[in-house]
Amino acid sequence: MAAESGHGPLTSDAYIQHHLQNLQVCKAESGEWVWNHCSGNFWAVNVDSMFWSVLLGLIFVLMFRGTAKKTSADKPGRMQAFVEIVVELVNGSVKDTFHGKSRLIAPLALTIFVWVFLMNLMDLVPVDWIPMAAGAAGVPFMKVVPTTDVNVTFGMSIAVFFLIIFYTIRNKGVIGFIKELTLHPIAPSFKGPAIIAAPLIIAFNFILESVSLLAKPLSLSLRLFGNMFAGELIFILIALLGIWQLPLHFGWAVFHVLIVTLQAFIFMMLTIVYLSLASESH
Amino acid sequence: MDINMTLIGQTIAMIIFVWFCMKFIWPPILNAIEERQKQIEEGLAAADKGQQSLVRAAAEADEVVAEARKQATGILAQAHARANEIVADGKSDGVKERERQLSAAKAEIEQEANRAREELRGQVSAIAIASAEKILMREIDSKAHDDILGKLAQEL
Repeated sequence: MAAESGHGPLTSDAYIQHHLQNLQVCKAESGEWVWNHCSGNFWAVNVDSMFWSVLLGLIFVLMFRGTAKKTSADKPGRMQAFVEIVVELVNGSVKDTFHGKSRLIAPLALTIFVWVFLMNLMDLVPVDWIPMAAGAAGVPFMKVVPTTDVNVTFGMSIAVFFLIIFYTIRNKGVIGFIKELTLHPIAPSFKGPAIIAAPLIIAFNFILESVSLLAKPLSLSLRLFGNMFAGELIFILIALLGIWQLPLHFGWAVFHVLIVTLQAFIFMMLTIVYLSLASESH
Repeated sequence: MDINMTLIGQTIAMIIFVWFCMKFIWPPILNAIEERQKQIEEGLAAADKGQQSLVRAAAEADEVVAEARKQATGILAQAHARANEIVADGKSDGVKERERQLSAAKAEIEQEANRAREELRGQVSAIAIASAEKILMREIDSKAHDDILGKLAQEL
């Protein structure tokens, strides 16, 4: 590892920095496409995150589609049995939590669960394998765990956020949505002299409810990002320890299997909960 | 850690994957699961029905066996009666046969005895005649007894 290759006192720092750097591409101010000189540029794309997340998404889609095509009620194969276990887990969670009718929620939950699980699972690939292979192929940076990229987790939680708004409006109407934002924790009175206080209360409610609405996607994405980023960082730190990394890596990997699964499940479960809250009428 | 276009790319990727999953993955798999659940339900109901009919069949079989046992008992009793009858018949036949044979034997014995008696009688009379002849030979005076002899000869 970098610590052993001996590049001076800055090595550990550089090693960690290198591992946390995305492979980016963006259009520079000069109009040229440039690689990895994109800090602060919103129009940059993290190529490695996109590559791995789309690849893993394709793995999910192709694996499940392949099984779905061959699926039969009479003679389920091993693969079908496995896929069905996952589908039943998701379907059970959705049915327990979401009481409305929606053709979208369950497939959404399944996609989130399996996709996030696969992205998290990339954390268990030893931290140097893919970056080193990429380096040998001439790619300077390669961050293999998409969920340690805040853009990826935010990207998903924003989709969920828009779905929350969509479901709220679909079930309660635009007026209902506005009412929920303004009249909710403290009900303002419109009768008598108390009407003077109503705008104040409405403003207060609006601030409170907006924060709680925005906190949903924020907490959703930051929870996943934080957990995976911290896990990845610990893997990187362990990789710096020379021979001692072997038992430590094993121990942390075993523990991380739990985190990987749990975070995928939590992301899915909270999505269902938020959407069921959005479509419930009080 | 910068927020950049990756965010929108990821959102688009997610929308596509979710749409694909909703369209092509979820329905067939869930259909298969639900169909199997229905099959299992039906299978269990059928098994239940089978169990019930088994119980019913067992009861029927018990009834049949009881009936058969009753019949068997009846047949056995009849057979006993018949056997007794046959034995009794045999006994009376035997008695009759014995009597018949006994009487036949008695008749034969009697016959034999009669025959022996006749023979004996014949012999006795021969002896008597012989001895009488001898006596007569000595005593007879053909002249003196000629008349008796003559009478005898006439009588004979």
